[in-house]
Amino acid sequence: MIYYLCFILFLIGLYGVCCKKNVVKIILGLWIMEYSVNLFLILLGYRKNGIPPIMSKEMDVIEFYKKAVDPLPQAMVLTSIVIGLGVLALMVTVAIRLYQRYGTFDITEMKKLKG
Amino acid sequence: MIEIVIGVLLVFMIIGSIICLETRDLLSAIIAIVPVGYFCGIIYLLLGAPDIAITQMVVEVLSLIILIRATIRRDLTTIEEERDFFGLVSTFALIFVFFIFGMEAMRHLPPFGTPSFTLNPSAPSNRYLMMGLKETGAGNIVSSVILDYRGYDTLGEATILFTSILGALALLRVYARKRGKK
Repeated sequence: MIYYLCFILFLIGLYGVCCKKNVVKIILGLWIMEYSVNLFLILLGYRKNGIPPIMSKEMDVIEFYKKAVDPLPQAMVLTSIVIGLGVLALMVTVAIRLYQRYGTFDITEMKKLKG
Repeated sequence: MIEIVIGVLLVFMIIGSIICLETRDLLSAIIAIVPVGYFCGIIYLLLGAPDIAITQMVVEVLSLIILIRATIRRDLTTIEEERDFFGLVSTFALIFVFFIFGMEAMRHLPPFGTPSFTLNPSAPSNRYLMMGLKETGAGNIVSSVILDYRGYDTLGEATILFTSILGALALLRVYARKRGKK
């Protein structure tokens, strides 16, 4: 059921990207999609009653292996979140330049390259 | 139990994102997306991923600063009318098709609570969990993965981050260099 809720969140982001006219709203839609994808990957790696993949001194390796959640999606999502921040900065920069050029955030007003 | 808590938090995330996309004021929209990210961080904490929860909180604050930079002192006119009818219909058709395929794909996933590395003995996570402390000397398996086993991946991440910030700076430069003149 949780997977379905996560998928609904992704669809809301897709709706924002496709239907909105404001550039900032489109950026926010992409950002929501990124949240849902990252969350979905972490949800896939969860183990029931799992512990974080951090080993303490008094813990045995076999017991740790039986209880820990999946560390690989966590490492990949850590990379993905930071990359998302860089991409967001780039998108916001493009939006600011478009505002300086056209004086509005409305994408239907930007017709210089329309062909 | 944990499924119910995560489900409630996800419903809050969905409500927050709908408010964010449907509100008139741009500044309110940007502020409405911040709780969505904080709920996301709480869910990461519940799912046993404290490293990602910390990163998510920091990234959330930074993204708020970046997004406010985009809208502050701008003409915040609200754009009310939606796209034309044909565009709207084709968009909803796209979303519907996506929904059907997604539902079909969700049926083949393993149930919540059984990660795929327990089903597949040759998955790399088995080796990371068993041999991580012995091979890399790091008690935190996530940091041993990102800094040792998959170090080139982190190098690529740093490259992408550097390139995107370079692109942002190049786009924000006020005076373009004139050709042929000093």
